Amino acid sequence: MAPQRDEEVAHLFRRAGFGASESEIAQFTRLGILSFSSAVSYLLNPEAQDDDVDSHIRQPGYVGITSAAFSPTSVINDARQRWLFRMVHSKQPLQEKMTLFWHNHFATAQSKIAGDTSNEEATRLLAAKASEDPGGFRGQLELLRANALGNFRDLLIGIAQDPAMLFWLDGRSNVRQKPQENFARELMELFTMGVDTFAESDVYAGARVFTGWNLSRPGSGAAQHYQFSYVANNHETTAKEFTFAIYPDGSHVIPARAASAGMQDGLDLLNAVAAHPKTGPRLARKLYGFFINEVDEPDAALIDDVAAVYYSSGFEIAPMVRRLLLSSQFRDPANYYKRYAWPAEFVVRALKEVGFTGFSVGDALTPMANMGQQLLEPPNVSGWSLGKGWFSTGAMLARMNFGSQLATNQRFALRDSFRSVNSTPESVLTEALDRLLPADYDAGGRTALTDYLRAGGSWTGSDAQLLTKVAGLMHLIMGSGEYQLV
Amino acid sequence: MPMTRRDFVRGGVAAFTVSFAAPRFLSELAIAQGQGRRNLVVLYLSGGNDALSMVVPYTDPQYFARRPTLAVPAANVLQIGTDSSGRAIGLHPRLTGLRTIFNGGRLAVLQRTGYANSSRSHFEGTDIWSTADPSSPGGFGWLGRYLDRLPSPVDSLAAWSTTGSVPRTLLARTVSVPAIPNAATYAFSSPNGGADAGFARDSAIRIASHLPVDQPHLAFVNATAQSAFATLDRVGQVGAYRSTVAYPNNGLALALKTVAGAMVNQVGTKVFWVQTGGFDTHAGQGTNANGSYAGLMGTLDGALSAFYADLLNQGLLGDTLVLQFSEFSRRIDENASQGTDHGAAGVMLVLGGGVRGGLYGTAPNLRIASDNPTLENNGTDVRFETDFRSVYATVIDRWLGADPTAVLGASFPAGPAFL
Repeated sequence: MAPQRDEEVAHLFRRAGFGASESEIAQFTRLGILSFSSAVSYLLNPEAQDDDVDSHIRQPGYVGITSAAFSPTSVINDARQRWLFRMVHSKQPLQEKMTLFWHNHFATAQSKIAGDTSNEEATRLLAAKASEDPGGFRGQLELLRANALGNFRDLLIGIAQDPAMLFWLDGRSNVRQKPQENFARELMELFTMGVDTFAESDVYAGARVFTGWNLSRPGSGAAQHYQFSYVANNHETTAKEFTFAIYPDGSHVIPARAASAGMQDGLDLLNAVAAHPKTGPRLARKLYGFFINEVDEPDAALIDDVAAVYYSSGFEIAPMVRRLLLSSQFRDPANYYKRYAWPAEFVVRALKEVGFTGFSVGDALTPMANMGQQLLEPPNVSGWSLGKGWFSTGAMLARMNFGSQLATNQRFALRDSFRSVNSTPESVLTEALDRLLPADYDAGGRTALTDYLRAGGSWTGSDAQLLTKVAGLMHLIMGSGEYQLV
Repeated sequence: MPMTRRDFVRGGVAAFTVSFAAPRFLSELAIAQGQGRRNLVVLYLSGGNDALSMVVPYTDPQYFARRPTLAVPAANVLQIGTDSSGRAIGLHPRLTGLRTIFNGGRLAVLQRTGYANSSRSHFEGTDIWSTADPSSPGGFGWLGRYLDRLPSPVDSLAAWSTTGSVPRTLLARTVSVPAIPNAATYAFSSPNGGADAGFARDSAIRIASHLPVDQPHLAFVNATAQSAFATLDRVGQVGAYRSTVAYPNNGLALALKTVAGAMVNQVGTKVFWVQTGGFDTHAGQGTNANGSYAGLMGTLDGALSAFYADLLNQGLLGDTLVLQFSEFSRRIDENASQGTDHGAAGVMLVLGGGVRGGLYGTAPNLRIASDNPTLENNGTDVRFETDFRSVYATVIDRWLGADPTAVLGASFPAGPAFL
């Protein structure tokens, strides 16, 4: 029998993590964290857990990897596999979840960078870990992970100086002779304040602010790598005026500065857009949709609260997330299953709940692309189209078919774990629903599931029957609408 | 059990419990709803296509002055004549197939299409072109509203997105549009074979019939699943389509091949969505030789030429209209990265057997002057001459046979007479 799960804790792990496997539930029980509040503090204190997840890659007892020469810092599909592995096995699930959130927020795609460099270098720019890179280079994903629950302004500065971003939004070629608008526009429109909060003149001024925020490539051999470099000679030194306040005194003008001091222009603007009155509410709405409910009208009072926390904490992310997770709205059962699962969430949750022994995350990559989410390859700088945007007929079939693929792969383990509940189709269904915890089916859906178990012959509960029917049942549940919600 | 057409659609696909084969009347229904077999293929060039590199005003000295490295040399363009303002125009050198279609009178080039106060945001701009509503671009798509006005019940393949998702243009209030990027893999698999696979499909269809009114989000997902089941079998036939010409091996060409396969199999689709990207050319635009923009033009030309030839061979050209757009064009001046930033009015291409080909509208005069009405934004951008909604209105009225004012929510002055 699957252990009884506290509905509220299960909800927490679906939202603030990627679900929980049976072995994780057993481990949480041992650690005494099966109360809601202890689970929240576990999630919000990732530094208290070992960050050793990568060391378990290719160990028995973990989900598999497909690659002869696994190289996640140079082969993009290996980088994707490593990230999925982390989502399945990290002891810091909220940090991993927020890393995914920021990847969507600062959406950067490998293919464009590969066009400017090479496939290997682009993968390194996105996914390298400093500890394993010959030049000590840290890729964008590790920047997002390190700051996932940190300070938003620090993260923003890191992003503005991130080599992958300097390729992605062309900052590397932003020079005073011809300012490049791409980064300045998306900084305001997508990363901070939002559309319709600024004027075209702000885009031009912003482009001039970041002139000289370019790249260099020090080192030699394998250690040679791209890094942010402020090139004073490329900086445009005149004053830049905005339609919104840049400084606490309300001034809209970044003053003319000597080229040698001009890097401060960019820091001033990043500070201003972080502090802009529209940025806190916008981040709060995005986080609300991510953690609480993306279906109904948002709770304006809670969003105000979260935005207030953002400003009062000096742009800290963890206090905003804590405010959301500890809110009454988060715990309100009316908000359960009010979020459409991203393909990454759907796949990782299914692996955790159905099983992964003998399954490789490499076999999830093409299905995920068909579902509309290729990690490290968002469709454009605004990220993926969330919510209903994930669901089309083709994407829905891809989800159903992944369910079939995983159930087929796990059929023997499923047979074995259902032997103890084999007496009736109803007992099998109850066990399956306890294990997968989809949103409630109506009577018709439950009947359709038990009819499936009965179809084709009378119920005996034999091993042969379990081998067919438990896999078939798991497929139907994973492929149902009720399992696409978290 | 006898089942009427109406029962079938009203009851959803839950009524499918015996046979996997889609009843033949689905296609009949689809055809009955249309004007014969006419269809519209919307082709979106995502990222903001640089009109001045695609349709080149090659005698304007300012074109060369303002684009020192990106200008396409006059000697290289494919001349297509002069427009009504007397300006000589040439297509990008890689558009050889389109020039042939132009010379055959089946390609219309609509210059300076756009709208007032053009958005420079990819996302807002795309939404505006998708909804035809610059003041409130968050709603249903212009073709979604067209689908909503078709007589009910609307066939589940009335529209078809060849990308992995449904674009806003096809977002409808009452019609769920399928996204079918690859007809060959559009299938429902099962862990077990034989009879059990059939039992699984029956149950999956029954579960998907749950459309709770108090849980619209769940109802939406289940309706999507229903729509998948309703389209599965007919789409399966398309996956086996054998074209009359070889299509290039790239996403755009293969999408157009799928569209041709759907037409030949008479699935009854009236609106197709096809998309190709890479047009956000801020840096290293490469308009000449083997640069990246030249590659984009080559891909576009190869795919459209194959599609055109295939439809011609199949006798379907007269039923087909391709309408190309992009969310904006690009700045006139090239930037220091040998690219161009976000601009304003651009170019639309329309081709098909029913098109009155030619060069419509006038090219911009690229000289910066306060009295130059063809530019805006202090001369940095091209100003629109034809409202893109006039073009949509013509397509709705003269091709789809619907009421453009009702679909667009307003009437627009008559645009270029390309139909």
